[in-house]
Amino acid sequence: MPATTQDLLTCLYRMAEVIEANREFLTQLDAAIGDADHGINMDRGFKAALKKLPPVEDKDAGTILKTVGVTLVSTVGGAGGPLYGTAFMQAGTVLGGKYELEPQDVLAALEAALQGVVMRGKANLGDKTMVDALTPAVNALREALRNGASLADALEQAAAAAEQGMKDTIPMLAKKGRASYLGERSIGHQDPGATSTYLLLRAIADVAREKQGRA
Amino acid sequence: MKKLINRPEDVVKEELEGIALAYPDLVKVHFNPNFIYRADAPIKGKVAVISGGGSGHEPMHGGFVGMGMLDAACPGEVFTSPTPDQMLEAAKTVYGGAGVLFIVKNYTGDVMNFEMAADMARMEGLRVLNILIDDDVAVKDSLYTAGRRGVGTTVLAEKICGAAAERGYDLKRVADICRRVNLNGRSMGMALTPCTVPMAGKPTFELGEDEMEVGIGIHGEPGRERMKIKTADEITEMLALSIIEDPEYRRTVREFDEEKGEWVDVELVSEPFRPGDRVLAFVNSMGGTPDIELPIIYRKLHEICEKKGLKIVRRLIGRYITSLEMQGCSITLLRMDDELIDLWDAPVKTPGLRWGV
Ligand SMILES: Nc1ncnc2c1ncn2[C@@H]1O[C@H](COP(=O)(O)OP(=O)(O)OP(=O)(O)O)[C@@H](O)[C@H]1O
Ligand SMILES: [Mg+2]
Repeated sequence: MPATTQDLLTCLYRMAEVIEANREFLTQLDAAIGDADHGINMDRGFKAALKKLPPVEDKDAGTILKTVGVTLVSTVGGAGGPLYGTAFMQAGTVLGGKYELEPQDVLAALEAALQGVVMRGKANLGDKTMVDALTPAVNALREALRNGASLADALEQAAAAAEQGMKDTIPMLAKKGRASYLGERSIGHQDPGATSTYLLLRAIADVAREKQGRA
Repeated sequence: MKKLINRPEDVVKEELEGIALAYPDLVKVHFNPNFIYRADAPIKGKVAVISGGGSGHEPMHGGFVGMGMLDAACPGEVFTSPTPDQMLEAAKTVYGGAGVLFIVKNYTGDVMNFEMAADMARMEGLRVLNILIDDDVAVKDSLYTAGRRGVGTTVLAEKICGAAAERGYDLKRVADICRRVNLNGRSMGMALTPCTVPMAGKPTFELGEDEMEVGIGIHGEPGRERMKIKTADEITEMLALSIIEDPEYRRTVREFDEEKGEWVDVELVSEPFRPGDRVLAFVNSMGGTPDIELPIIYRKLHEICEKKGLKIVRRLIGRYITSLEMQGCSITLLRMDDELIDLWDAPVKTPGLRWGV
């Protein structure tokens, strides 16, 4: 059974909840190597995005995701705003006109999201950014689907890969964003953006698993 | 946290409401999206100069809106870059038909948001160029970092570009002036205390009673080095020498090429200071350092510049680019030439900087 726009909306609401619950945590991570605003920024953005959802709830997945992307760009600010905003907008472009999402659609959307982040921020793997969580997640999702996993299982593996990618940022030396100014002092801290990326992917995987459980 | 505020989430909004009421002859304020703009904008045929960035650096940028300086300023949340919709609306509101210069401090967030804004404005038929300010010598290399941050030179660039635009320079020329100011300016800052972002409620870093943080930016981010506190003379010497002895600095930045119609990478080089250079010396309080201490810094800076053969031809001393209530200071030296001196001296009338009128 393909995922529906209702499932997508459930994911977005869950994302907002998870970001709100981790607002202090993300901000603390950003205080260590940034400017202590990542959780505040993301929470403000997702709260604003939720408010924009009701009028587009019965629209296609592309419209829903673009609405979220545009709202994030205009409310998150910082580096997170353009990066996540571009990610959602690019994912929305891929899913334009779709009301039902096959596993390959979900993969295509996440691939586009990653491309968007890289296009906007020019970060390489290992620079200690959200790219270090998103890249392994997209790879894991692709690999799992290729091996015939269900969407829920594949998303679970993607979230696990993101979690590992997030942890792998701890020993990294930041080369992009504010944390790069710290040089060696950025080592030993987990990247806030990689952490929020993991949390968002975790939310998607949880929603997919709950749906599979009900089926 | 002790602050003269009502609710942390209302700080920026209420600040803007107050500015609109306090300076009605100079500026107007637009809400949602937020920006401050010249009361007499748009000025037909004049290049519009717009800047912006996180709030918490007052009087920069909003305090520099007015005749001879900025046409508009876009404030983000405290220490968070503004969003593209703000810059887009500001650009449309003050557009006088001669193009817009975005003066952008080199922080990842600011750079990306201003690039998106410029792309959106161009889609609506506006001419826009972005010039980055990256003058903070505390950041050594550009290869393994996001590059030098934009700090003190931003204030000087806003003044000088504003004067150039007022004089009727075209967009390309105002952008060239801005780039020239950036390439000739260098800054370095330090903190005696951290600062507290209202929404966070806690200081952004911890500093012991006898410690100071050297090489800070302007966002309460920890600096390059933490050390035992020193005297004003020793601190001034440390900051001044890191500026004066800073070697050539090369970096690649993205600028918009109007002929090609796309963003291109350009390599820029800042030449080191040399004996005989004429400079503008800018001693700035980070917010919490009182005026009584700034001349003590200037006194030593003056002596060092003389010893190094730098001739101070203009000065700016005060609180212009701050980090909330942080105690500390920054020093900026800008190599001047006749044209820059002339533009610096031109009249300016803004809430935060005013002379010649
Ligand atoms: N060039 C980049 N590419 C990808 N991700 C990046 C890049 N630069 C920073 N990031 C991510 O952004 C996160 C920080 O986001 P945040 O919203 O706190 O922005 P910020 O850097 O504080 O912006 P601002 O400086 O305007 O406040 C980092 O943890 C990192 O994962
Ligand atoms: Mg941050």
